[in-house]
Amino acid sequence: MKEHWDLEIKSESKILDFNLKEVWNYRDLMWLFVRRDFVAQFKQTILGPVWHVIQPLFTTLMYYFIFSRIANIPTDDIEPTLFYLSGIAVWTYFSTCLTSTSNTFVTNSSIFGKVYFPRLVLPLSIVLSNIAKFGIQFSLLIIFMLGFYFAKGVPIVLTWYWLCIPFLIVLLAGIGLGCGIIVSSFTTKYRDFALLLVFIVQLGMYITPIIYPYSYLLKQQKQYNWFFQINPLTSIVEAFRFSLFGKGTVDLNMILYSVCFMIVVLVIGVISFNRVEKTFMDTV
Amino acid sequence: MSDTVIKVENLSKQYRLGQIGTGSLAHDINRWWYTIRGKEDPYLKIGETNDRTKTGNSQYVWSLRDISFDIKRGDAVGFIGRNGAGKSTLLKVLSRVTAPTTGSVKIKGRVASLLEVGTGFHPDLSGRENIFLNGAILGMRKHEIKRKFDEIVDFAGVEKYIDTPVKRYSSGMYVRLAFAVAAYLESEILIVDEVLAVGDAEFQKKCLGKMGEVSKGEGRTVLFVSHNMAAISNLCTKSVLLKHGMLQDFDDTRLIIDRYIRSGKESGAEVLGSDINTSKTSSRANFSALRLVSSIRGLTTNFAIDEEISIEFEYEVIGNDSVVTPSIHLLDSLGTCILSTFNAPSASLIVDEFYGKPLKKGIYRSVCKIPANFLNDKNYIISAFLVPEDMEDIGIAEEVLSFSIEETGEMRKEYTGDWWGIIRPKLSWKTQPI
Repeated sequence: MKEHWDLEIKSESKILDFNLKEVWNYRDLMWLFVRRDFVAQFKQTILGPVWHVIQPLFTTLMYYFIFSRIANIPTDDIEPTLFYLSGIAVWTYFSTCLTSTSNTFVTNSSIFGKVYFPRLVLPLSIVLSNIAKFGIQFSLLIIFMLGFYFAKGVPIVLTWYWLCIPFLIVLLAGIGLGCGIIVSSFTTKYRDFALLLVFIVQLGMYITPIIYPYSYLLKQQKQYNWFFQINPLTSIVEAFRFSLFGKGTVDLNMILYSVCFMIVVLVIGVISFNRVEKTFMDTV
Repeated sequence: MSDTVIKVENLSKQYRLGQIGTGSLAHDINRWWYTIRGKEDPYLKIGETNDRTKTGNSQYVWSLRDISFDIKRGDAVGFIGRNGAGKSTLLKVLSRVTAPTTGSVKIKGRVASLLEVGTGFHPDLSGRENIFLNGAILGMRKHEIKRKFDEIVDFAGVEKYIDTPVKRYSSGMYVRLAFAVAAYLESEILIVDEVLAVGDAEFQKKCLGKMGEVSKGEGRTVLFVSHNMAAISNLCTKSVLLKHGMLQDFDDTRLIIDRYIRSGKESGAEVLGSDINTSKTSSRANFSALRLVSSIRGLTTNFAIDEEISIEFEYEVIGNDSVVTPSIHLLDSLGTCILSTFNAPSASLIVDEFYGKPLKKGIYRSVCKIPANFLNDKNYIISAFLVPEDMEDIGIAEEVLSFSIEETGEMRKEYTGDWWGIIRPKLSWKTQPI
């Protein structure tokens, strides 16, 4: 008679065992982590979540002076402040997703070493709690749009495209998460990748149309176009601005490419993550 | 369907020693090369048993080796072994913190593990928030935690502080809360590593009581690691004895504890001739051997609390017709002298004929016996003296032997907390109404 066991602990697991059902069982934990991330961050601060507003505000101000005033880079006929603010919101979301999921194992080794839960819960909770932060920055953007509408009469174009925004955010989150957990799987033993990632993210902003529009690049440096087409973020950022302001270069094929890219990195990420999570405690 | 809830089969765990760097990268590449050719991992064949005292030359050690056992539902099982025997590694594998190198574990039901105090507590969150967080980490749903919430707070005794961040808690409160969360949640299997050492005696007793209730009353399985034999003998019906990562025995707790104490027969139970570190030598007599002997098991440095201890003295009388009196000081681990004794008839239970007599040249043996149920479960040190008549030309061997007294549970049927005092004799007690 074959006995039923709830759990079997072995050294090897099947490659395509995604363990997603277990992650779902731990969904309460995921929400608590999201809450913990968000709440604990502002314990013993006076301004609290306002910090999420201050940071993009000052960055926008800086970009406005440097890139718009001094370097005179056009912004696709979008009000420069709004242009930078939207770019920063998107980029901050992506880069924090990527960098904070990429050191999942290292930063949480103390808790991972003492208790079991599906490790994937943690990077997922990071991505979710960052959505809250993105939400705050997005609200700031809306407030500015309203401000410019009333002060300078900059029109707000409400179209059906606004409905695409959540989809674009999911795309960003997926790519950030996927790349992040791939890196985190590599960094348990050899930390080199984590160091590499830091400046890749820094440089990444310049090869993504955050501080200049894609159209400007097409006009100026046509020969480097292939590079921006490889970058799956190009189309997402452009589509984000197109949805909001009705201006931007959107190509459906490029969006499709981004979707495929996300699926591939997520699958590779989850596989490598699940492989590593079993024994990383011995090497981290 | 059988009652087995945990089935461990040929479990092994290998660790790599040393730093991770280019050396380990070379091994990793080599291992990968073997794997893609479909061959076995070359590094699994090597590795040594885990014995800290010997310096090995292999870079790999087996922390656990070929361990197999079954645990039945509702059993409370103790894990006994010296430091580095693999107890904690085994519990880590069982609670899925790390995967085994080879072999497998099959489990029925959910596992809640308490491997360290306050696992997953976030210092900035309040006690209330942490109960939910910790419960969720242990795999519980929110509504389950809600149902048990009051009991947890009550058991931990932290009602007043429940909305204070846990970083302001005392370490005792911290442990109490952590234990309460793990013990009250409805997992089928509870794993507890040596964590109770932090709490006070009263709380330890409460925890042991709760664990007993959990296993006997609720039919849940408890796995418990401790160096406190009193706690293990009280709580666990069966125990696993580990040594150097290997399973030595799995049997009734009483038998295992006995075997564990016996296994202390390693070093230091006997010192011979020139190995005796004498701080002063006498011209009349020399120490030739000092031994600690158990009447049942021979040479040992670990005695059961209910066991008689024989201290054997062998000395060579150099000149003819010297009067030499053997004497002993018994010290506690801090060096305080607890007692001194020698073989004078009025100070001894039996008459030693050779006391005060001039001894002929030759080797003599004197034996002093410390009764059972007299010392506490602590470490003790012995200093030995050879005292001639004039009390001046004394041979002194300071702190030459040391031994420990281990709890067997003999005097622990009622009380399991810390037992105060340097000695623990059985005295007579009687209460009468007046």
